[in-house]
Amino acid sequence: MNKIAAKLPSAGQDSFVRKYLMRWEAILFLILIIVNVFNAIISPYYNFTGILGATRDFMDKTFIVFPMAMVILIGEIDISVAATVALSSVMMGVTYNAGNGVPMVVAILIGIGTATLCGFINGLVLTKFKELSPMIVTLATQTMYRGLAYVILEDQAAGSFPGWFQYFGWGSIGPVPFILICFVVCAVIFTLIINKTKFGRRIYAIGNNREASRFSGIKVEKTRLIIYTLVGFMAGITAIFLTSRMSSTRPNIALMYELDIISMVVLGGISTSGGKGRISGAIISIFIVGLLKYGLGLVNISSQVLMIIIGLLLVISVMTPNVAGKFKEARRQRMLHDKLSIQQK
Amino acid sequence: MTAKQDKSIVRSLSVARLRDIGLVLFIVILSIFIQFRNSQFLTISNLNNMLINACIMGILAVGMMMVIITGGIDLSIGSTLALSGMSAGLFVRDNPDAPVIIAVLIGIAVGMAAGFVNGLLVGKGGVLPLIATLGMMNVYRGLTYIIAGGAWVSAHQMNDGFKAISFYNILGINSMIWIAAIVFLIAYFFLNYTRTGRRVYAVGSNYEASQISGTNVDNIQILVYTIMGGVSGLSGILWVSRFASAQGDTAQGFEMNVIAACVLGGVSITGGSGKVPGVALGTLLLGILRNSLPLLKVSPFWQDAIYGVIIMIAIIVNVMVKRTVDKRNLQRRHI
Amino acid sequence: MKNLKRVLAIVMVTALSLSILAACGGGGKKSNDYALLSKSTGNPYMEKQAEGFKEAVAEFEGNAIVKFPANPTAEDQIAMITELVSQGVAGIAVAANDYDALEPALKEATKKGVKVISLDSSVNPASRLTHVNQADPVAIGVSLVEAAFDLTGGSGQFAILSATSTASNQNTWIENMKKTLEDPKYADLELVKVAYGDDLRDKSVSETEALLQTYPDLKCIVAPTTVGIAAAAKVITDNGLVDTIAVTGLGLPSEMAEYMVEGGACPYMFLWNPIDVGYLAGHTLKAMVDEKATGKVGDKFEAGRLGSMEVVDATSGDGGTEVLLGDPFKFDLDNIGEWKSVY
Repeated sequence: MNKIAAKLPSAGQDSFVRKYLMRWEAILFLILIIVNVFNAIISPYYNFTGILGATRDFMDKTFIVFPMAMVILIGEIDISVAATVALSSVMMGVTYNAGNGVPMVVAILIGIGTATLCGFINGLVLTKFKELSPMIVTLATQTMYRGLAYVILEDQAAGSFPGWFQYFGWGSIGPVPFILICFVVCAVIFTLIINKTKFGRRIYAIGNNREASRFSGIKVEKTRLIIYTLVGFMAGITAIFLTSRMSSTRPNIALMYELDIISMVVLGGISTSGGKGRISGAIISIFIVGLLKYGLGLVNISSQVLMIIIGLLLVISVMTPNVAGKFKEARRQRMLHDKLSIQQK
Repeated sequence: MTAKQDKSIVRSLSVARLRDIGLVLFIVILSIFIQFRNSQFLTISNLNNMLINACIMGILAVGMMMVIITGGIDLSIGSTLALSGMSAGLFVRDNPDAPVIIAVLIGIAVGMAAGFVNGLLVGKGGVLPLIATLGMMNVYRGLTYIIAGGAWVSAHQMNDGFKAISFYNILGINSMIWIAAIVFLIAYFFLNYTRTGRRVYAVGSNYEASQISGTNVDNIQILVYTIMGGVSGLSGILWVSRFASAQGDTAQGFEMNVIAACVLGGVSITGGSGKVPGVALGTLLLGILRNSLPLLKVSPFWQDAIYGVIIMIAIIVNVMVKRTVDKRNLQRRHI
Repeated sequence: MKNLKRVLAIVMVTALSLSILAACGGGGKKSNDYALLSKSTGNPYMEKQAEGFKEAVAEFEGNAIVKFPANPTAEDQIAMITELVSQGVAGIAVAANDYDALEPALKEATKKGVKVISLDSSVNPASRLTHVNQADPVAIGVSLVEAAFDLTGGSGQFAILSATSTASNQNTWIENMKKTLEDPKYADLELVKVAYGDDLRDKSVSETEALLQTYPDLKCIVAPTTVGIAAAAKVITDNGLVDTIAVTGLGLPSEMAEYMVEGGACPYMFLWNPIDVGYLAGHTLKAMVDEKATGKVGDKFEAGRLGSMEVVDATSGDGGTEVLLGDPFKFDLDNIGEWKSVY
């Protein structure tokens, strides 16, 4: 330890700071602590049981955050996720209500299957027509999927699910909500996939340089197809939890979820230009946004102010490191300039 | 070098033109089909309605096109539109005797200010456009609700002059159509015949190169977002005037329609390319769809699905046309 | 690297537990908080309802909490119910965005001792003690059909312009209109289409225009929604069709004042007083919290300036109970002037 310290003068310290403490995840983590402390100060009702209960309210959509992080890591985007959730949930509902005593398990599987198919279709179109931008394709499929949900269910609701189905959204093991446990399991699995597997490395490679990774033998289109299908699959999981929470379904559920999900991913430091960012950041930002909303909700801040706060949080947190970087760059330039002018003298 | 460049420009122009022709054909076929199903479609009064309804989307699409050309995107336009429309509406409500032009200027100024902030965040703050405008979308929407204090501005609270902005005929044509046409023309000249306009394309097609060649990239970005904000402000005025009501939730989600109009019109989402006539056609196609689905007596529950499918077909046809053209060009080069 | 992660994890756990320790305590005594959970933000109708609710709560010296979700969705309302339950409110009155979807959340709240009623648009009977109904849906159906009958001169085509296709209130009213139309008296009245403007200005306008194009013989448009009726009236006025097509329905006086003039598009329309709806909900909730009423048919309680109210079987026929404010109120050219500045 001493040796290292002796070896590394100021430059080394700088790199340590930059490597760990200045890392985006660390800053996010600090923000999370601040949010917690702040919430605890403003509301007497902010306690552990409350937090655990509140996770139920913002966890449903977060299952899509993981595959969305992959999509954004390869420099693309999927806007159709909320519509996929709706279509999947509607399929689940109509299958169960179709009569003839269809078991709920079958309905759930059909729901997941529908969602996976939706994701697969996105992937298929995008890989068959490589020049199409993901934004416009998923914009179109979003209208299609939501439209199909309306075609299927029209102005009706589907529901009266069996009692055990409510366990997904409302059950808990001890004090810990079931949905939170599922979230943690998914978080671990996806963190491992992205950080430890070949597939994960491929995602970063594609995001950093698509052409180069194509030449180096990575099956870019196959990877993209898998990722979009995965988004669909996880949208199916979200549909289960959301449907269970509402114990019924309608074509207009999960409205605007896509923007919430994308916000969480980019707040987590995953850049929409691809290749940069870590999944851990996205996980922390899920809790930042969720707990901030809950905490401010406890003191009944108006939702209008809350909108502004969330918007500013997103913009400022992403901008601050950039601006700080610019200042540093400017200072470096100035110092370089000074040095040069001294040498010239 | 220059000759080669000219050639490539000529080729890319012809691609754009062919794509436009493809879109025109698609629109013509669609129109004939609709006309067969409902003979009211190709009547003067219906076409007039349709154009008026498409005007706001068209005006916004022109702004959005410039933003997308620079490689950006603006998701906050629906909120900006609501904020500026509400500001103007509140002004008209509280000052019924003030000249209408002041309300118009207030609306446009609020829009430009909102756009300028977006531009600053993107240009100077280094925030990616998607994130910056996603965040500001929430901020502007929240502000709209707050300045309105939960109220709407209703028709009877607006003076006749303000309501006439969108309801005034010049040479038998509605003022909104005139305004949209003027916006399209100005954008066309700006992008094709001014140095700044060409720089907008340069920033999008090659960011580094234009930086090195001395274009102030940041300023161009701030400029396009401010223009986008300005046209959103203008649209906000037209919206409030046309529907004679300012609401907090005005135009929520409208940005997606506008982006769709741009991309249908051949604007590449990765930046660098996009033409005003193409965007006009894209807007027209969406306008026809929105106008005709109710006319076709399609069940309201089927409308969204059909809308989505047709957009999808249009996009894919577009790609097919481009691929064929590219292939032919390639063959010609081999010879 | 690994070490750092471990350190991070430890710091995380410590920080969380510290903040939780800091937050311990609170609660205990009986709450005096009465919550209104509205449909959405920035809507004057909802604001007026909240105003009435606050007025009632102030009368019995309670503490009113009013929440407006940012989006008119059940998802937002579920999260807000959790927040209210965490604050230990005594009761929640909810104007539901979805008839069924709030059931688990409201049952959870009931389990924690919170009294739940709905107002304006109801939740299902399983999740509410009672519902505060602004007006009898049957009466609304009859009034609107009667209006169409009157405005078309007894025969001819009319169309309905509704909100979203999933709006439960509107669907109930349209259902009741259709039932009323079965009466032989209205045999010559033809309902040609139910269009949906989604409570969006632009869509309501283009749907109205489509109605005009498709049904040239249309004599009347009935819009049981505030945005729709104003949009329809605007289109009729702009196209100079006030003499051939009449607009009626349910609308806000402030929004409709412009079109309710001599020779205007809308001769008369209906609504109730949203302030009274909120006010009644406040007193009903108080009665439930004090257990003066339990939501059973025949329960009677005092509702401030509205006098004694009685719980009755739900007029919607959903098997639950409700408190009925009264019949829909008719706004016409004579009284619109005084109401347009109220709401």
